[in-house]
Amino acid sequence: MTDKEKIISEKQLRKKTIISFSVFIVMIAFAIFGWKWLHKQPQENEAPRPLRKALNYNEGLFGKFFSNNHLAKTFPLSAAVKHVRVNGDEGMSADFDASTWKLKVAKTPGDTLFVTLDEIKALPKTEIVFDFKCIEGWSQVTHWGGVKFSDFAQKYGLNEQTKMNYVGLITPDKGYYVGIDMPAIMHPQTLLCYEMNGKPLPMNQGYPLRLIIPVKYGIKHLKRIGSIFFSNERPPDYWYERGYDYYAGL
Amino acid sequence: MKKIVKKHPLAIRWFHWINFPVIAVMVWSGLLIYWANDVYKVGWGDKTILKFFPDSFYKALHIPFRLAEGMSLHFVFMWFFTINGFLYVLYLAISGEWRLIFPNRKSLKESWQVVLHDLHLRKGMPPQKKYNAAQRIAYTGVIIMGIGSLLTGLSIYKPVQFHTLCAMLGGYEWTRAEHFILTILFTLFFLLHIIQVILAGWNNFRGMVTGFEVVPPPPPPTGGGTMEIISPSNELKTDD
Repeated sequence: MTDKEKIISEKQLRKKTIISFSVFIVMIAFAIFGWKWLHKQPQENEAPRPLRKALNYNEGLFGKFFSNNHLAKTFPLSAAVKHVRVNGDEGMSADFDASTWKLKVAKTPGDTLFVTLDEIKALPKTEIVFDFKCIEGWSQVTHWGGVKFSDFAQKYGLNEQTKMNYVGLITPDKGYYVGIDMPAIMHPQTLLCYEMNGKPLPMNQGYPLRLIIPVKYGIKHLKRIGSIFFSNERPPDYWYERGYDYYAGL
Repeated sequence: MKKIVKKHPLAIRWFHWINFPVIAVMVWSGLLIYWANDVYKVGWGDKTILKFFPDSFYKALHIPFRLAEGMSLHFVFMWFFTINGFLYVLYLAISGEWRLIFPNRKSLKESWQVVLHDLHLRKGMPPQKKYNAAQRIAYTGVIIMGIGSLLTGLSIYKPVQFHTLCAMLGGYEWTRAEHFILTILFTLFFLLHIIQVILAGWNNFRGMVTGFEVVPPPPPPTGGGTMEIISPSNELKTDD
């Protein structure tokens, strides 16, 4: 008989079994109770508060891995698709008047900048072909052109503003809005984009100007930018309010 | 009287039973996420043999339009999956239990004999310690699958920050497919595991909860007119 073996009475066997199974059943009860408890917690932006807290924790942790040297993979021009998927029209009201459009940049309260499309086009142009990733799980290699947000910020003297924590972007009809952390908007691949496949943006892709931000899911690539503002608090975010992660970083 | 033998250490029982609900939540929330872009199927050309998944399946389980819920669960329970899995592997390494689980030189050949035995095509099992050869391969395989799910998952989660990992695994879209295939394999492992546990019976199942198994009494001695010493376990003919 090895030290792993033991002779015990029937009664001892029954007792040992009952004790172990009691603990086992209590743990199952805890698991079920915990699952129910989780779903009864107050919602914070459409997610149970404990999950929301954990997502915010993930943002802090994975934000530490973020670097301007980590670039989204780029592709040759030939890899870009001709038919770019259109996946939503929130904030794209039909009554939009392109002829009067100007980009509104709120520098400080009372100091607002208005920039025309031609002024934006006059800035150094950057093109990118990358794998656009939707939060739904599909992705598509697409070709975009515009000005780096960081170049734009430098040109228009937004140094003080870009020291803040977040940028908010809103469509002209205020129907869609996103909040983006400053490191992501200042990433070298983030564009204020006015071209797709070498041509002006189509209406349904956000003409005249949209955001292309390869370090985020598609939900953050706001189409048809109306205004931009800066904040140390999280700006409102359309999909965040509907239960998604605020960060949505890749 | 009963002879019992220690089988599963307390730590392994905890890791095992924590893992079960955690993986259940990961698979469930994974389904909620997958639904939003359910592109995988088995087939060729226009011919589809098996679609992942039929609409009736989604409907029956109330899966549609729960992507946000799926993601929030997935990216929270991933921590329990990772921590529990890491501690399990660490425990195997430190305790030496890995010797009982990792396949050895004979395992490949013997596992075939185990399969034949389980299918009632062969009598008798090769000699074994805690686990037979097929179990060693399956349980080690599932550890490797777990590591695979973790790495492919990380690669889909942060493909830009961990771009080297993503490239090593074949790029973003391949990684998502790999992550999905691993989940299917986990599900198949689970089904086979349940069948085997049912077939193995109560004594084996109790072992995963209590830690010990009752050693069946040796077969009654045969032949000879010599005096036999009757062992206590032969006196009581009660079943387990």
